Amino acid sequence: MLASILQNVINALQWGSFYALIALGYTLVYGVLTLINFAHGDIFMVGAYIAFFVASFALTTLGMPGWAALALTIPATMVLTSLVGVTLERIAYRPLRRKGAHRLYVVITALMAGLILENGNLAILGASRKAFPPLIHETVYTIGGVSFTNLKIAVIISAFLVFAFLHWVVTRTRVGMAMRAISYDKFAVPLMGIPMDNIIVVTFVLGSAFAGLAGILFAMSYPVLEPYMGALIGWKAFIAAVVGGIGDIRGAFIGGFLLGAVEIMVVAFFPSTFRDLIAFTVLLAILTWKPTGLFGVAKTTKI
Amino acid sequence: MKKGTFALLLTTLALLLTAPAWAADTIKIGFNIPLTGDIPKVGESSKLSAEMLKADINGAGGLDVGGKKYMLEFIYEDNEAKAESAVTTALKLIEKDQVLAMIGPNSSKQAVPAGQVADDNQTVMISPWSTNPDTTYDRPWVFRAAFLDPFQGPVAVNFAVKTFHAKTAAVLYDLSNDYSKGLAEIFRDVFEKKMGKGTVLAFESHGTKDQDFSAQLTKIIATKPDFIFVPDNYNQVALIVPQARKLGYKGEFMGSDAWGSSELMTLCGDDCKGLHFSTHYAAAGAKGATKEFIDRYTKKYGYTPDDVAALTWDATRVVLKGIQNAGKLTGKLRRDRKAVRDGIAAIKSFAGITGNMKFDEQGDPVKCAVVVQISQKGDFEFKESVCPE
Repeated sequence: MLASILQNVINALQWGSFYALIALGYTLVYGVLTLINFAHGDIFMVGAYIAFFVASFALTTLGMPGWAALALTIPATMVLTSLVGVTLERIAYRPLRRKGAHRLYVVITALMAGLILENGNLAILGASRKAFPPLIHETVYTIGGVSFTNLKIAVIISAFLVFAFLHWVVTRTRVGMAMRAISYDKFAVPLMGIPMDNIIVVTFVLGSAFAGLAGILFAMSYPVLEPYMGALIGWKAFIAAVVGGIGDIRGAFIGGFLLGAVEIMVVAFFPSTFRDLIAFTVLLAILTWKPTGLFGVAKTTKI
Repeated sequence: MKKGTFALLLTTLALLLTAPAWAADTIKIGFNIPLTGDIPKVGESSKLSAEMLKADINGAGGLDVGGKKYMLEFIYEDNEAKAESAVTTALKLIEKDQVLAMIGPNSSKQAVPAGQVADDNQTVMISPWSTNPDTTYDRPWVFRAAFLDPFQGPVAVNFAVKTFHAKTAAVLYDLSNDYSKGLAEIFRDVFEKKMGKGTVLAFESHGTKDQDFSAQLTKIIATKPDFIFVPDNYNQVALIVPQARKLGYKGEFMGSDAWGSSELMTLCGDDCKGLHFSTHYAAAGAKGATKEFIDRYTKKYGYTPDDVAALTWDATRVVLKGIQNAGKLTGKLRRDRKAVRDGIAAIKSFAGITGNMKFDEQGDPVKCAVVVQISQKGDFEFKESVCPE
């Protein structure tokens, strides 16, 4: 029984890591722009595909060993995915912002951008799934009936490192200060000589790069890629960010793990048919009790 | 200039007038198959197999129906592997494209609702791959080329009990898939009847889009079953089996015919080697007409045809046989569709490449199943054949 609970704690930490990594991207963009970037889940999908192509290229064309390919894939994917995120901001969101469009239209643009990424992938790469090549040898360790692999531990540690890094960026650096300033008052900020567009680009770079990282880790853990893989997990990560209090980094992080834990634990203790029903009832109850989310503050500075 | 326009108009008019005359000499058959969505390889196999058959018949001058030659025209429509899209696709094929008969949908999740549409609109439908009894049940216009889950379930139970010496089992299935749910329930009932109540130690479900099965698998592994029955589509199998291994499970798995895609091994890799599943035919070691089909398909498309390809071939040939049995086509769609239905119902026995079959009163074939083992090379190797008693 105890082994089984501990096993599920590890399962929940791994699954929650993906939600947390993606939720951080939602929360960063929302915190700065009050824009819900619904294309974020699909940026995660693009990240996984970029990782697939970079890893395959490194393994077959360059003939690298697995660890070297991984060392190349991680930075390359993060850079390329952030380019996709920035491109999206440049061609879809910035023109609307310049014209002073209402937030609603930007959200709808984001939804459409997500659909374009999904269906663009479907049209270009076809409907067949891609199998992600194994980059590292996964060793199964069993201690007292609890099994975990080196990859699982790496995923969980990565999520915590990313959180620590982002927290440091937002609270301790000048860029972070500028981000908080924009979220506080985006009309006064340009008057202070802060280059608003650059700061927004940095926000998208950070969010997309970590979605890209989530993409690699996800592809390594669940090595079957398909064009719609980002849709559902993106929605759920968004819900996690809202439950944590969207706009707050701690909130997104804890919300991600909370959703992962609720989903896993429901299956562990109830019939698995009830998973989504119970999981989302719990989240709904949290929002009813605290509509701004666990760490959210009503209408003040966020991020 | 004016003369030119007039000539153009005249040619167009002439073309329009002759068009119905061509239509009378072609037979339109619609394919309601998943070209995108969860199981794109299934749609691709169906399409490639049908194209090969069409090339054969049209290359020989067309299909001979009552002394007259008809060219075949196949219309491939994508149902995205979704139940609701399968219904709209069926309606489009029947009403807009005016097909004489419809092949597919393949998986039961789409074939059950689409079968209702075909039956309501009095159009012949034959599903190559659907194994859920509801697809054809009480639907005189709907047929199939595959065996049924009430037959496949016991095959899996008996094989596992005999080969793995299993006394207990666990099941993991897809809740939102009629096929997977139906087969899981049949398996549970048959296993408990044979081995005693409570011998199915865990009966867990998941959703179609799920990628993480760790919680369900943890629960299953904790009960220490002798084997895990996974009646799931190949794309999910490729996630479930490796995840179970990473949670420390070293025991056996038993699968069902939805595993049998040529894509299973590219997605699943080494973890799936050595596992068994029940299916419609085994490509490795086939003989006679089956071997001929496999060799031609492999030569043409570069990979071994899976069971869907073989079943589509058989299903399409059953329809063509039904059309020939109809004697002659009048060109009046409603009457012809009825004649084709009666033509198929009149087929006493049919020698297909997936085995010989007879159709019972529900339009279901009575045929044998095989159990295959995935070899170390990734081939699906024949293990044993089980025929209905």
